[in-house]
Amino acid sequence: MAFDDPFSDKPLIFELSREGRQGVEPSRCDVPERDPEASIPGEFLRSDIEGSPEVSEPEIIRHYTRLSRLNYGVDTGFYPLGSCTMKYNPKVNEDIASFEGFLLLHPYQPEELCQGALRLMYELECYLAEVSGMDSVTLQPSAGAQGEFCGLLTIDAYFRDRGKPRKKVIVPDTAHGTNPASTSLAGFRAVTVRTGKEGVLTLDTLKEVMDNDTAALMLTNPNTLGLFERHIKEISDYVHQMGGFVYCDGANLNALMGIAKLGEMGVDIVQFNLHKTFSTPHGGGGPGSGPVGVKKILEPYLPVPRIRKKDDRYTLDYNQPRSIGKLRAFYGNFSVMVKAYSYIRRMGPEGLKKASTVAIVNANYIKERLKSTYHLPFDRACMHECVFSDRFQSQYGVTTMDIAKRLIDYGFHPPTIYFPLIVHGAMMIEPTETESPEEIDRFIEAMKEIDREARESPDVVKNAPTRGIKRIDEAGAVRRPVLRWQGSGGGG
Amino acid sequence: MSYIPHTEADLQRMLRDIGVGSVEELLRDVPPDVRVKEPLDLPHPLSEQGLLSLLRQISSENSTAGDYATFLGAGAYNHYIPSPVRHIVGRSEFYTSYTPYQPEISQGILQSIFEYQTLICQLTAMDVANASLYDGASAVAEAVIMAGRITGRKRVVLSSAIHPEYRQTVRTYLRGGDKEIVEVFYCTEKGTTLADAVERVCGDEPACLVVQSPNFFGCIEDLASLAEVIHSRGGLFVVVVSEPLSLAILKPPGECGADIAVGEGQSFGNPLNFGGPYLGFMATRSEFVRQMPGRLVGRTTDRDGKTRYCLTLATREQHIRRDRATSNICTNEGLCALTAVVYLACLGRRGLRKLARINLSKAEYLKERLISTDILEPGFTSPTFNEFTMKVKKVTPERLLSVLLDKGIIGGLALRRFYPELKDHILVSVTEMNSREDMERYATGVLQAV
Repeated sequence: MAFDDPFSDKPLIFELSREGRQGVEPSRCDVPERDPEASIPGEFLRSDIEGSPEVSEPEIIRHYTRLSRLNYGVDTGFYPLGSCTMKYNPKVNEDIASFEGFLLLHPYQPEELCQGALRLMYELECYLAEVSGMDSVTLQPSAGAQGEFCGLLTIDAYFRDRGKPRKKVIVPDTAHGTNPASTSLAGFRAVTVRTGKEGVLTLDTLKEVMDNDTAALMLTNPNTLGLFERHIKEISDYVHQMGGFVYCDGANLNALMGIAKLGEMGVDIVQFNLHKTFSTPHGGGGPGSGPVGVKKILEPYLPVPRIRKKDDRYTLDYNQPRSIGKLRAFYGNFSVMVKAYSYIRRMGPEGLKKASTVAIVNANYIKERLKSTYHLPFDRACMHECVFSDRFQSQYGVTTMDIAKRLIDYGFHPPTIYFPLIVHGAMMIEPTETESPEEIDRFIEAMKEIDREARESPDVVKNAPTRGIKRIDEAGAVRRPVLRWQGSGGGG
Repeated sequence: MSYIPHTEADLQRMLRDIGVGSVEELLRDVPPDVRVKEPLDLPHPLSEQGLLSLLRQISSENSTAGDYATFLGAGAYNHYIPSPVRHIVGRSEFYTSYTPYQPEISQGILQSIFEYQTLICQLTAMDVANASLYDGASAVAEAVIMAGRITGRKRVVLSSAIHPEYRQTVRTYLRGGDKEIVEVFYCTEKGTTLADAVERVCGDEPACLVVQSPNFFGCIEDLASLAEVIHSRGGLFVVVVSEPLSLAILKPPGECGADIAVGEGQSFGNPLNFGGPYLGFMATRSEFVRQMPGRLVGRTTDRDGKTRYCLTLATREQHIRRDRATSNICTNEGLCALTAVVYLACLGRRGLRKLARINLSKAEYLKERLISTDILEPGFTSPTFNEFTMKVKKVTPERLLSVLLDKGIIGGLALRRFYPELKDHILVSVTEMNSREDMERYATGVLQAV
């Protein structure tokens, strides 16, 4: 018998199944049990659920507890994933979201029975409007990308309303992939604009692609190089002069709270990522929440329902004839809103400003302390994140991928890698404000150590991770896709 | 500020190491005219204790399924959630992680999602399922777009017995495209979508027919006959499921000719939560996998040859394909998918089938009790699962529901708001959470409404 290895491959829940075992049984039926055949024709019924597992409760708990130990979260350690804002997720927010008054609330209950929920949503809309300098906010979009889609549809609706549809949306080459994807989904054609040599957009390059068929410029500020788009005012003035809108991807709002308002920069639409800036957990890939803020002129197009307040009573208003409709059923990811609301109330105005300020200090500190070790393509004061490349290490055959995997050996989650696309071998580091100076120092030391290893013993880096789970063959998964378990025989 | 470790001395030391005298120097790229001059106009900060008491107060301004006997469904179902679900999903190694881009430290979420994909395939009898979409409504929209991509056709045929908010979502998603949406009206007697009605509207080149079963009225659709019609015209058959517990006993979409099965997975362990977060699921046939939206987890190996899992077939996705991606989705509902996995593992094959039978038995019981009042009668003749439509006689549905509400019962949903022609009808849902006693109270309450 071999010694225990916590990193061994784990059986699937299906492989633990034994005929006749049961986790949690349903409660006794207190009405006469009825055969499905008695009310439903046999041709509509199934005889079994093939392969579905039968496992006892202790086995279930142990299986998923073991799996959880193979997962790295913010609670495990430093998670400097650029543009993802992996800040600490306050525990009290989880407690609050589990209050029965929120958890057990049905979305179609009469309005008078959900005044608390509507109040919370109404106030959260107001808070987000204040933080961003927007006039109106909808909380409906389920995540950032759906928020982008929502914002772009309101722009499209505006132009159609005036009988002059426009077909182009300009997207910088540093943009997140969701920006051009949302642009296409909304029926626009994405046109790329180059980032200037100083790492920001300039009016001149914008003028090369902007025309009267351009509905919007969709930018991210600070951009994905972590740099503030400092020509934003003249850029948005020009876009407005050409009859277009300025959309800002709010993924990087954690740099701006209490420091600058997007509304003051001429931004007309922004989506918020509550699962980034406002501390709600990412859940291993969701749920998120992607509210959208707009200037008054776009308000009539926001999705329904809108939440109204009159004499301390809250109502849902579906009567919005110019609305783009609905992006999903019901009102959005409510429990995520509860956590974001709690975060804002706990932080207050000064707390939010301090969060952004410290996030900026942490990022600049990493940038300054690592810039002699790693190539820094744009050397100026950054905002909440900074971008390095593997140019110095690649001469020893060590790539960004290797460096990322070696960081795992040192106990850190890797940064965002190979993004933004305009930086070859990019490493995008976003520390957030919730990492202590000591943790940041440890990360810097690890990065320096990896550079030393790259020069002196590159194989150590190229073979990383060397502890725990070894490097995983992602290309192999594509060559022969196995996307489900198919029984203990074939396995694939 | 308790979430930010830095003391003033820490910040001064860091600024010194950066080589600046103040934070202001780091902000020199931010033009003065866009800077915030006054503090944000937000409420002053609360202590943790103060926050808890404020939010407890706000939550108490809601009344819930804890306070009322509720018979509301319509796409959001009040089911019992086994205790292990909360304990596993509450493990912060899961819930504080990001999308698993780095598989070596994300095997927990990756293997769970692989199990989830398998469970969805088993329940729907389809070949392949993705890692989740936002919710049932947006999943339908994604399915319609996918069908258009596969067939290269424009006409989308929607049954009018699909959840009204799902249909509205499809319309919103298709605003930017060149698709043409036609609705096929439900049969007013049976409450289902009829094959000959589909034939009349689907035209020569339909991209897809979309049908929900059990549909919004709770009626079970004759999927196989509808599949035949749309397949004979070369279109795809999209089946929508908003109450996935029904899959435990009803013939799965994959055995009824479905090309794409989508729906809402909320019933599998996700609380009502005022409408979200929920769990959009999507499954399809193997041949269409590269046209699927969303993340997919696949099996592979590590350098030691051990079985591992990672995100795969990413060239479909926005971060690679950008404006030509199959969808713009990035963040999905990973934790809700994990919730569903643990829920399904807890109930197991037998438990799930038993629970479905309990739901059916209770729904039939209440239906009969309500019919016996002679104030309600079935709205349609088709068989139902745990939700059904009733026609209210002698009194308006609004009056009936308000009398019930006074007795602590949320009696269902008046359908007038979505179907003006069903102004006398209500939609009633029954789950294992509704006791016999509640149902007796419901029936008694109905008698008192007249």
